[in-house]
Amino acid sequence: MTDQPPVLRLEGVVKTFPGVRALDGVSFDLRPGEVHALMGENGAGKSTLMKVLGGIYDPNEGQICVAEEQVEITSPMQAKARGVVFIHQELSLADELTVAENIWLGELPLKSFGRVDWGKLYADTDAILKTLNVSFDARTRVGDLSIANQQMVEIARALTVDPRAVIFDEPTASLTDAEKVVLFKVIADLQSRGVGIIYISHRMEEIFKITDRISVLRDGQYRGTLNTAETDEEAVTQLMIGRKLDLSRNESHHEMGDVALEVRGLSCGHLFNDVSFTVHRGEVVGFYGLVGAGRTEIAETIFGLRDPSEGQILLGGEEVRIHSPIEAIARGISLVPEDRKGQGLVLGMNCRDNMTLPQVDDLTAGPFVSDGAEISIFDQYRDKLDIRTPGWRQTVGNLSGGNQQKIVIGKWLSMRPEVLIVDEPTRGIDVGSKSEIHNLIRDLAAQGYAVIVISSEMPEVLHVSDRIVAMFSGRVMRTFTSDEVTEDSLIQAISGLQGDKVA
Amino acid sequence: MFTERRKDLLKQGAIWGFIVLELAFFSIAGNYLSVTDTAFMDFDNMLLLLKQSAPIGIIALGMTIIMINGNIDLSVGATFALAAIVMLDSMTWPFMQALGDWAIPLAWGFALLTGVVLGAINGLIVWKTGVDAFIVTLGSMLGFRGLVFMYNGEQPTSHLNWTLVDFAEAQFLGLHTASWFLLAVALILWLVMTRTVHGRNAYAIGNNRDAAVNAGIRVGPHFLLNFMLIGFLAALSAVVFYSESGSVNPNDGMLYELWAITAVVLGGTKLAGGYGSIVSTLGGVIAIQLLRKGLGHIGADTETVNLVIGLILIAVLFLDRQLNRKGKEELKT
Repeated sequence: MTDQPPVLRLEGVVKTFPGVRALDGVSFDLRPGEVHALMGENGAGKSTLMKVLGGIYDPNEGQICVAEEQVEITSPMQAKARGVVFIHQELSLADELTVAENIWLGELPLKSFGRVDWGKLYADTDAILKTLNVSFDARTRVGDLSIANQQMVEIARALTVDPRAVIFDEPTASLTDAEKVVLFKVIADLQSRGVGIIYISHRMEEIFKITDRISVLRDGQYRGTLNTAETDEEAVTQLMIGRKLDLSRNESHHEMGDVALEVRGLSCGHLFNDVSFTVHRGEVVGFYGLVGAGRTEIAETIFGLRDPSEGQILLGGEEVRIHSPIEAIARGISLVPEDRKGQGLVLGMNCRDNMTLPQVDDLTAGPFVSDGAEISIFDQYRDKLDIRTPGWRQTVGNLSGGNQQKIVIGKWLSMRPEVLIVDEPTRGIDVGSKSEIHNLIRDLAAQGYAVIVISSEMPEVLHVSDRIVAMFSGRVMRTFTSDEVTEDSLIQAISGLQGDKVA
Repeated sequence: MFTERRKDLLKQGAIWGFIVLELAFFSIAGNYLSVTDTAFMDFDNMLLLLKQSAPIGIIALGMTIIMINGNIDLSVGATFALAAIVMLDSMTWPFMQALGDWAIPLAWGFALLTGVVLGAINGLIVWKTGVDAFIVTLGSMLGFRGLVFMYNGEQPTSHLNWTLVDFAEAQFLGLHTASWFLLAVALILWLVMTRTVHGRNAYAIGNNRDAAVNAGIRVGPHFLLNFMLIGFLAALSAVVFYSESGSVNPNDGMLYELWAITAVVLGGTKLAGGYGSIVSTLGGVIAIQLLRKGLGHIGADTETVNLVIGLILIAVLFLDRQLNRKGKEELKT
């Protein structure tokens, strides 16, 4: 493998933004037929590096070589022409157009007078879709597909050219296990054709399953490359964050209070069916399942964003009907939403204003908003949650993912809720901040909050929960206590297998 | 999948259903309320209606493309007036008069060129500065209208050429010249938007600009081309209309941009871009003209007509929103 010339080589790439050295002399090479993982905490410079490769940013120093030929890439189109293809993490699809048009966007096959060759377009697309083993065809409108299928469309784009290098940026974030298998097959297939693959992911188990080498970035600097076969998660983590990571199961149990929230037979159309569970004060209940299992929808229903078609919600033993988030908040329910940037924060506003957003109505002095009251709330939760920001004037868009999430949590804690629902609390957050958020969640339970944690990451659910509710396709399959749960039984439950029922 | 297709058909067909409804209503109501004796659904009346919808119709068709592309053009009314002035005034220039009737195609050429140039100005500014098209064309709407007034002050510009009038009033296979232009433009633009790469890219850009950029589509040139196209169409609309009337007032064409946008939106094109169809816009144009004519037929005055059209526009957008909801389980906003 080593004697072949690398398909892609970076040498001393430097990219600076005003005040930040986002990439500081990064060098690595990608060999033909290897899967090369690129890892690093958020803000380590992975995305910047990809944008440099994709021609969106111009590097200040250093050189990029494709097939040992020094190149300057100035546009995504040029990158593609050189055989460097990107699979973006954030879907960049036009949802009113068909699958075929999206896959060939920017290079639709031509006939005379600039006409589109629809016959060829659909035939070529169907051929690609067949190798991906998907259930939709070229004529489907992308907006009608599920997120996972949209991701498959994005992946199909890589197969339209004869690539030298394909860069996957968190491709499995929204895929089910079955779809992951297909994706890995596609990757293996590309590999056997001598294509080099850069694979960016936070998921260790995937990295160790499919990659050959792992390169690690930290704070814009290249920290080294490891052979996957000769290393383990701990060593990689240590390289990424400079310390060890704790992945154990939750052992501690707090004094549990009365039932704070009880849900009986809750249904909402075809989204979820006959869901029942209870949450006590001082308890963390984890909801684990695949994307689309209905976990987020349950949270949204409890928070009044959806109207249930059946069932009851009881707060402190008393049945309530919640029709809007305003009512939910008034009754002491808070939701830290899944999409932090889209639903949780107003990115352009500063830290203080984001934190006091739900209660700014009450923080008035005469006709004006009381500055002092707002700042004192911000200060209180900044200290309590250890939010690292230069000051309340900082725009939240400039904070790291972990600190942003703490702002959202602080926002809801300041409303003094009884029940706190946290949806994917550490999505897109680096390993170091993750464990901080986990500790925070345990602390909150210890202080007597009833906490629901929705997560797609098994280590996370195991780590923070007192009890785990496993969901599959809109139904509760099983409820585990943290003592009886095993990884196997949990996976069985969320895959729809009944397994051995334990009373 | 099947239900989606049906929903799509329903959305595309809605405007035509609305037209049928209008026809039925005015025919029946006309029997009781009409101020004249002629029936509303008279064949000649319908032909006249098509002809009358041509000026705004041609502009609205161009506006559809601009809006699918994710832009908007507020300057079309002023472009319309300026192109008309150029056409009529150029025929009075000495060297043009020496040409006799050959001056006509030349005058048309000048007018259309004016439209293309004005459109290119808009397009270039939007492309090169990145300023929102709404602001750019708001500015150029005022600017172009200023040029109109600079040309001849408050005075109307007139020139009557009987050959021109004969041409404009001619009927071929029963349809007036203006109607032919409207239908031809609709056909050509429909082909452009559904069959050519430029058209499909315009949809992609309007739908998800980032995706288009990432796919290597050069957004700017498409913008420029579409603005030149709508400038051309605004001028074409002026050519068709003023060949017949022979006199242009400096205030002519005011609010045309809003009528055009109304027709486009009524036809179901998304304001945000990425979705829409030329054929539906044609439906929207006809629906508005029917409404005006029909309300006139049953004796309503202009003020009432505007009120009713405004109400219907809002009602249609509300219905469209309801149609697009994903059932009861949907997230509340």
